[in-house]
Amino acid sequence: MADKNEIDEVSGVETTGHEWDGIKELNNPLPRWWLWTFYATIVWALAYTVFYPAWPGITGATAGILGWSSRGELAQEMTDLKASQAVYLEKLAATDVTEVSADPELLQFATAGGASTFKVYCEQCHGSGAQGGPGYPNLNDDAWIWGGTIEDIYTTLMHGVRYEQDPDTRISDMPAFGRDELLERPDINDVAWYVRKLSGQEFDEEAANRGETVFADNCSACHGEQGEGMAELGAPNLSDAIWLYGGTHADIVAQVTSPRQGVMPAWSGRLGETTVKQLAVYVHGLGGGQ
Amino acid sequence: MNNSLGTALVGLGAFLSLLGAAFAQDAAFSTHAWVIFIVLAIATVVMLRNTKFSAAGNAPVDTSGYMDGVIRYGTVITLFWGIVGFLVGVVIASQLAWPELNIEPWFNFGRMRPLHTSAVIFAFGGNALLATSFYVVQRTTRARLFGGGLAWFVFWGYQLFIVMAATGYLLGITEGREYAEPEWYVDLWLTVVWVAYLIVFMGTIFKRKEPHIYVANWFYLAFIVTIAMLHIVNNLSMPVSLLGAKSYSAFSGVQDALTQWWYGHNAVGFFLTAGFLGMMYYFVPKQAGRPVYSYRLSIIHFWALIFLYIWAGPHHLHYTALPDWAQTLGMVFSIMLWMPSWGGMINGLMTLSGAWDKLRTDPILRMLVISVAFYGMSTFEGPMMSIKAVNSLSHYTDWTIGHVHSGALGWVGMISFGAIYYLTPKLWNRQRLYSLRLVNWHFWLATLGIVVYAAVMWVSGIMQGLMWREYDAQGYLVYSFAESIAAMHPYYVLRMFGGLLYLAGALVMAFNIYKTIRGDVRSEVPMGAEAEALAPAE
Repeated sequence: MADKNEIDEVSGVETTGHEWDGIKELNNPLPRWWLWTFYATIVWALAYTVFYPAWPGITGATAGILGWSSRGELAQEMTDLKASQAVYLEKLAATDVTEVSADPELLQFATAGGASTFKVYCEQCHGSGAQGGPGYPNLNDDAWIWGGTIEDIYTTLMHGVRYEQDPDTRISDMPAFGRDELLERPDINDVAWYVRKLSGQEFDEEAANRGETVFADNCSACHGEQGEGMAELGAPNLSDAIWLYGGTHADIVAQVTSPRQGVMPAWSGRLGETTVKQLAVYVHGLGGGQ
Repeated sequence: MNNSLGTALVGLGAFLSLLGAAFAQDAAFSTHAWVIFIVLAIATVVMLRNTKFSAAGNAPVDTSGYMDGVIRYGTVITLFWGIVGFLVGVVIASQLAWPELNIEPWFNFGRMRPLHTSAVIFAFGGNALLATSFYVVQRTTRARLFGGGLAWFVFWGYQLFIVMAATGYLLGITEGREYAEPEWYVDLWLTVVWVAYLIVFMGTIFKRKEPHIYVANWFYLAFIVTIAMLHIVNNLSMPVSLLGAKSYSAFSGVQDALTQWWYGHNAVGFFLTAGFLGMMYYFVPKQAGRPVYSYRLSIIHFWALIFLYIWAGPHHLHYTALPDWAQTLGMVFSIMLWMPSWGGMINGLMTLSGAWDKLRTDPILRMLVISVAFYGMSTFEGPMMSIKAVNSLSHYTDWTIGHVHSGALGWVGMISFGAIYYLTPKLWNRQRLYSLRLVNWHFWLATLGIVVYAAVMWVSGIMQGLMWREYDAQGYLVYSFAESIAAMHPYYVLRMFGGLLYLAGALVMAFNIYKTIRGDVRSEVPMGAEAEALAPAE
């Protein structure tokens, strides 16, 4: 270009002489700060690839002079974590679950581990506050189907409830009085009113009186004379007005007719004894433990 | 392609899709074939009614002027799909805040989310790119679009792709590849359309009457060529049946993951960055009435951006099964990408030197400038989030969502709005927009919406990341995943509100554009005039 290009009046900078649909271009140089920052990022990038795994070849990639790998980092973090917990974990493994509360530090450790485990494995059914829900027991109250001592809780956690894969699982099998025609419909109706009477709720006097005999003949063997339940058999207390499957007359009739029988997994295989101990300590400490 | 041939081909397509519906191997394919049949059958009838069976040439074809009809359609459809996309965004934001709004099976979050992302990226963004690239390439080459009716085929073919993609998502037809969910037959159709687009664009450049190719066209061309390559490789798959909806990817495991993110990241790089930089390089200097700041910077940052972007994809797979070396390279290439990205921002903003005063009176320019500012912000945030230490906190959290939206709402959205405001009066021969004050309203509604959205997602994302990694003194996790979700509820509600503001802005725009096309002009005090009135007397 022999001729000088046009100079932009506003900035005093030369244009490139091109023009498209009225758009011109100034011939400004690259901003220095931009160029040097660009160079700096390139230098930093190249340096980084010297320190960390980066350049691929035919059979592998450069390992970087720091010898770092993401798997190595994870393994190291896990080792460190395990080491920091090792003292307590070993102690916990050697301590009977009933003795944990005697050691305040161990109790604190077990409760923290139990709380964390509970959030991952138990909340889904028992709720984020262990408050339970229809079909899933509340773990904060005093009602324990299979017993509320720390040993009871530990056994329930280890082997589960009606969990067929575990030979030592807890099993209670309430008969289906209606479905299997063990009782007539009017009898079931009556006994349900009697159960409401036992739990101190509104009831039909006449029907409840008839139901008392039915209860004595069919139910009291497991649930007790006054419906107080029997933890050894997993027979719930019927007098405390705490209901797993609902306490209306219709709910009780449904349960007597064709009982729903919930399942809880055995956690011994999945979590191991030590973690189950922590869970037992945590659940026992929620407030309702006996 | 003359009209009768086109009509015959569309009719044939309708017939073939009817056969596809009849012989389909699965219910989903059959339903989808019915959708195509109905669309094409209606198109055939419409075209038949317009076809003149007398000898061609009754209406002389204007070969000297620009081909703007397709751009007018493109402008209107961009706005339409934009509003659809923003609306679906507000809906899925609400679904996250209130899960009861998930309506099974068609309108649950899993199907609505790709509808939102595809609607905004491909329907709104894609049509904005189609329309503006057709406009810009004609003006800056002083040549009419190459290929005659081919541009119309590209336009309608692309709309068919969008309809097929959208209906497929709701029917549950998906490849499960992020931002590339449509199944194999829709992918093939898009390939045909895209090659036609390339031919139109390249052909126009070949027959240009300008000695040089303007920088905007480099970016548009890089966008078209690279998207073709990404689309084809990412969608290599084997259909179960030629009459069935399902296909399986050619890649498996971590290779498949890397292919997806090579595609996914470069969809951001070449669709949402390069394409829209093309838009920026035309509309900012035009609206500002100033020359581009630096020719040299445009060359250097163009080639640096094109070269570096394509390697950055692995940063989406930090701390996964992807080998460490690939993660390292993905990260360092992202860092090197910072300045090349900012080259576009510098050229955009510095082009305003000598015209900054116009920001006071010109809300369209204000829109263009804030889009460049958001571009600069998200292209800084991106490289930062690619650093592994940052990524280990930000990955899988809402921070990523916030980052994407400051880019999508701020950069892509605002630059497209600015371009449409610029184009509408020109395309419909109007003296000016119906109302500049409404543009100002749109500007503030959208900006406020973005700020609310991005800020809320930063807070919620960082909170989420911190909750996930919090250990107590005994080395146990403090929070469960469900607790982190519960903690996000208020932020989800606020995010929905931010989206609602943005949608409101787009509705204001639709009204303004509608009135402009009708030819109405609102009598209003010019922008900035009241400030002059308040100025003290000399």
